[in-house]
Amino acid sequence: MTPDQGTTSVRGRIAGPTGVIRLFAAGTADFGSHHAAFGPLPEMDRASLIDELLRSGLDGRGGAGFAAWQKLSSVPADGRHPAIVANGAEGEPLSKKDAALLHNAPHLVIDGLLIAGQSLGARELHLYAGAEQLDPVARALKERGESRIRVHEAPGTFISGEATAVVSAIAGGTPIPRDRTERLTKSGLNGRPTLLHNVETLAHLALISRFGAAWFRSLGTGSAPGTRLVTLSGNAGGPRVYEIPSGMALTDILLSIGIDPHTVQAALVGGYHGTWLAAEQLDAPFSKEGLAPLGARTGAGIIMTLGSGSCGLAATADILGYLARQSARQCGPCTNGLPAIASLVERLAYGDTDGKLPQEIRRLAALVTGRGSCAHPDGTARLASSALMAFGSDVEAHLRGRCEALR
Amino acid sequence: MRMHIDWTRCDGRGLCIELLPELLTRDDWGYPVGRGGSEIAIPQNLESAAHDARALCPTQALSLHG
Ligand code: SF4
Ligand code: SF4
Repeated sequence: MTPDQGTTSVRGRIAGPTGVIRLFAAGTADFGSHHAAFGPLPEMDRASLIDELLRSGLDGRGGAGFAAWQKLSSVPADGRHPAIVANGAEGEPLSKKDAALLHNAPHLVIDGLLIAGQSLGARELHLYAGAEQLDPVARALKERGESRIRVHEAPGTFISGEATAVVSAIAGGTPIPRDRTERLTKSGLNGRPTLLHNVETLAHLALISRFGAAWFRSLGTGSAPGTRLVTLSGNAGGPRVYEIPSGMALTDILLSIGIDPHTVQAALVGGYHGTWLAAEQLDAPFSKEGLAPLGARTGAGIIMTLGSGSCGLAATADILGYLARQSARQCGPCTNGLPAIASLVERLAYGDTDGKLPQEIRRLAALVTGRGSCAHPDGTARLASSALMAFGSDVEAHLRGRCEALR
Repeated sequence: MRMHIDWTRCDGRGLCIELLPELLTRDDWGYPVGRGGSEIAIPQNLESAAHDARALCPTQALSLHG
């Protein structure tokens, strides 16, 4: 799509993109296209930015889904200069949206960082992203002669994007989570109030600052407004990144990109820390409210489908093995519990018919939950427990010495 | 009052479990388990035992809040 098709002009002023393609409406990554599509950087003070974000209903797109206005307003207005961090680490192997954004629309992320920084009186602006994203970011910064933003390389580890790990890495330490008893917005980078937003959240913030909350809400649903980036992968190929209206039903998302839901036996939503949903649950809206009754979350906008010929328990065992190896090995319950859960699920997936396995997996999942310095044990436990539910009949079959998928 | 467990410090030798048996049990690997995970609610009658646990924890993994 060219910029001209994606935007309309009202009285010489640039109006917001009219289609579903918003974040990528500039078409190409260069500053000229960005400026033509979206116009100049708006001026926002703290109060007007918080108000606009509140009315927009924008929530965080990094995984936790915390309301953007709330996080911003929890930065104390006490005269201290906060640090703002754009987090594009994306250690989750099933997510490619932050990379897609930084490659194709780096200027929107930079805008979001500058707008948030200006409105909160920040003196420090940081952008943290994987090695492959540093070139497009550096190019974009150079293009606009922007030298206030410091760029940091994130390692490719799963937990590199966890908020305290990011702050630790930027401060020159190791990119692993830290114990915290205070919010980062109170005390983060070198003790300063620190606002950390996912890069997609900042890109939406840049658009909302220009075009307003009402424009943002003109797509999506009442409780899940706007658009969001999703990464789809699984039996139909991928991973591929799409921008979709928030709150679409999972089946409609699949249909819209040409996947026949009948070929899908289950879907992992929310990523490796997410939840398996069985085929009959896929009419749920892909939003916080839509997924909550199923115990699932959108996470960073991840959907991985599992084709009818694959074993969900084997797929889960493989992911759990990876997650256990990604533990930062600082916390006892995580260091010991995750490998234990992974090996139990592996036994269940690959031929052990001990009937006590499901119960023991559930017990250990409950035991590690809430008992780490970060949410890695919780997410890993959630994945394991959800597999036992979504693949209940496979569990039965495995315990009888058969695998339904490999029949 | 609540007691925060810093899991990055705790080495699981279980002294706190001895001092607060009403609140904590041992998990499969020796680490303390209590209701609340990392934030254990301390009833008033156990506050002094919690202060002891905080002071005696060999790795300074425990802190008390509000
Ligand atoms: S819970 Fe696990 S991943 Fe998180 S900080 Fe502790 S050891 Fe590391
Ligand atoms: S006394 Fe300290 S180190 Fe020992 S188990 Fe308790 S919290 Fe962990």
